[in-house]
Amino acid sequence: MDLAKHWRQKAARYRLEGQRHRVTGDVRFPAQPAIPGEDTDVWEPFVFSGQGEIYSFAVLRQAATGFEQIGPYPVALVKLVEGPLVSAQLTDCAEADLAIGQPVEMVTRRLKDMGEDGLLVYGYKFRPVLR
Amino acid sequence: MHTVFIIGTGTTPVAEHYTRTLTDLALEAFSAALQEVAPAVAPPDIGALYVANALGEALAGQSQLGAFLATATGLAGIEALRVEAAGASGGVALRQAAMAIMAGVHDLVAVIGVEKVTDKLDPEVEAGLALATDSDFEAEQGLTLTAQWALLMRRYMHEYGYMADAFAPFPVNAHANAASNPGALYRFAINADKYRKAGQVASPLNMLDCSSLADGAAVLLLASERRARELGLPTIQIAASALATDTHALHARRDLLWLDAVQQSATTALRQANLTHADIDVLELTDPHGIAAALALEASGFVERGTAPRHAADGGITPTGATPLATGGGYKARGDIGGASGVYQVVELVRQLRGTAGAAQVKDAQVAFAQCLGGVGATAVTHILVNTER
Amino acid sequence: MKQPDRPVGLVGYGVYVPRYRIAGKEIARIWTDGQGGVPVDAKSVPGPDEDTITMSIEAARNALARAALPATALSAVWVGSESHPYSVKPSGTVVAEALGTTPWISAADWEFACKAGSEAMTASMGLVGSGMADYALAIGADTAQGRPGDALEYTASAGAAALLIGPAEQSVAVIEATLSYVTDTPDFFRRADRPYPVHGHRFTGEPAYFHHIRSAATRLLDKLGRTPADYTYAIFHQPNAKFPQSVAKQLGFSNAQIAPGLLSPQIGNTYSAIALAGLCATLDVAQPGDTIFMTTYGSSAGSDAYSIVVTPTLLERRNRAPLMSSYLARQEFVDYAVYVKWRNELVLG
Repeated sequence: MDLAKHWRQKAARYRLEGQRHRVTGDVRFPAQPAIPGEDTDVWEPFVFSGQGEIYSFAVLRQAATGFEQIGPYPVALVKLVEGPLVSAQLTDCAEADLAIGQPVEMVTRRLKDMGEDGLLVYGYKFRPVLR
Repeated sequence: MHTVFIIGTGTTPVAEHYTRTLTDLALEAFSAALQEVAPAVAPPDIGALYVANALGEALAGQSQLGAFLATATGLAGIEALRVEAAGASGGVALRQAAMAIMAGVHDLVAVIGVEKVTDKLDPEVEAGLALATDSDFEAEQGLTLTAQWALLMRRYMHEYGYMADAFAPFPVNAHANAASNPGALYRFAINADKYRKAGQVASPLNMLDCSSLADGAAVLLLASERRARELGLPTIQIAASALATDTHALHARRDLLWLDAVQQSATTALRQANLTHADIDVLELTDPHGIAAALALEASGFVERGTAPRHAADGGITPTGATPLATGGGYKARGDIGGASGVYQVVELVRQLRGTAGAAQVKDAQVAFAQCLGGVGATAVTHILVNTER
Repeated sequence: MKQPDRPVGLVGYGVYVPRYRIAGKEIARIWTDGQGGVPVDAKSVPGPDEDTITMSIEAARNALARAALPATALSAVWVGSESHPYSVKPSGTVVAEALGTTPWISAADWEFACKAGSEAMTASMGLVGSGMADYALAIGADTAQGRPGDALEYTASAGAAALLIGPAEQSVAVIEATLSYVTDTPDFFRRADRPYPVHGHRFTGEPAYFHHIRSAATRLLDKLGRTPADYTYAIFHQPNAKFPQSVAKQLGFSNAQIAPGLLSPQIGNTYSAIALAGLCATLDVAQPGDTIFMTTYGSSAGSDAYSIVVTPTLLERRNRAPLMSSYLARQEFVDYAVYVKWRNELVLG
């Protein structure tokens, strides 16, 4: 069972924490280690607003292991207002409700149930904006 | 640098080979290839074995396939290794094998592409394919490889103003060609009307626009030019081999509808071969979905951005078109054999260049273009094959 | 019960109600052939990816947004629920991580049937009122369980409310006073490892719900020298639509006083969240100077009573987060089959 694999991603998963470049102000998600030649501390933690719009979407009817019980489920590339694209599930919506360009917002939901003796994995999804 | 020739090929039919193991499949294809070159070539002549396989651990429960299949094919003791680059494994293994000959390390080698997927049920297969996505930020979000292509298709439709059924010509062509390929998984024709009515798998991708993963093995025997001439088998030259990489995650890409690695490997390959797009007579691409074929045709430079569906609708991808595609059925109808697909592609193109491709034969085909992708083009390998005798 | 050393209040508040509903009549269609009345018109149903933790996170984010405080200002994140996703592993730590308050924080889970949320609220008052903390977050959240076909199945619903307790001078509403009344009265309980609670039918009424709410409410009114007429609004625990209206009447509160906070007819009983959510919904419409009386109830058994005064600060903070009406408006009805699928009541092997 994956424990540390999910645990180490909690900042990104739970609250959409990525990085901002201390000098240029560029933002990115997910966070990455500095590459050779880059100052190791030039990227600082940055929490995204969670606001964005649908860049593309698809509704999956053949799920991978671990996602069978929530299907069919929509997935999307979401363009965050700060710029980066994020791959994520959409929730609280029907396929007919969805369109490219539609405003969405981040919510923290159950991503995966690893079974009776397993971990519940939580993470970001996006939904059509509430108001 | 030594020039490399393909001297022999062999395949199993692409199918749900429930009664057969991974070893059985590899052995059948290997034997078929040996048969083709017998008696000039015998197993002791083979200097090294390159096994292309993407999902051995996930779906077949077997690793270290180099040694495993060296033993199984009677080559015990030789240099052997497994090459994994998801769906590009076949192309990458071929390139590794060709480079060993180019470098003069070996002068006759075998490439076995093999995949055994039907021991597992569908969700595990989807999860296996999803290994080619970014684990933490795509697969764990519930995305699959099919989902990635679907996301690209929706965006493509949005940007270029197509309806989903604009992609129908790709699977229609693939199925039409597969009908005459005895080794294809789906040997029946479909039409645009059936495409329109097909159920959604990962909307906008429907059932008739999604390939099926199946079992199979394909083998290539490669030799240096000198060795090929000694053996009297010098026909198909590997005129170019180029590999490029891109991000696993779609969200990390600069331009989603442009496959950078495809463009880079195609451009490099054409330059190596000193050829232009107009010289290419027949193609194999990673085409599990129409959108995949469309993006590869565009990034490879065969058609302008945003025009591939129109090109296909105009007959451009049929055996008589400007860019004949999937003459053996492609991923959609021949079947997607995971890491072996790249080897099947080259076997099909060798048939074309030898003029033995049957009903889907492209007239006077002399130059062929094989390109396979890992994931959505995180790895792209392009080979150009030339028939030096016709 | 004494009052805090320093006055405390709500510096922020937030609610969450899932998008999905099932109609009481749809449940009755399955179990009673549609015959007989239903205790609520509809109840909220959590989506397949929702639980007490996820709902708590959204309600808490709304509370923080209203307060316009950085998450690191919090000293405690306390989650009251009888449907914590884990038996052992706190909901509070996940919520705290999601808010970005970790690691220098107290996080814990509370359980007291339907008043686990108000337990956390009273404890937060103590923490802030004693000067141990400036801000503490008290959350009530539940995805309540009802045995299929049981009377509880009509009402046991899902939702969350978060109250950010802080200094009175920064508050949208000051908590003037509180007290608790507790006995061992076994009207409703769930043994460890059992999926559904059992309840005492009519025993849940007079000796349980009514006695405890009346006792706590009357005592607090007496202590403050007030009468129901002194309050603009009132909220009582809502196991169904009828009980809160009956107890209000018994105490002398009018239907108009309880109307803004009476949520059960629309969304059922969100257990630990329902009274706090009723308070939040009341704050959504209250004006500065308005007074609010709240009495919660948790089975087996106890009640917490609160007297609350709205400040002018409410008006500037109210619209910084979605109102209860936004959550109520997005209702999407599902049928019993979908409801059963999402409740994991199908044996999938």
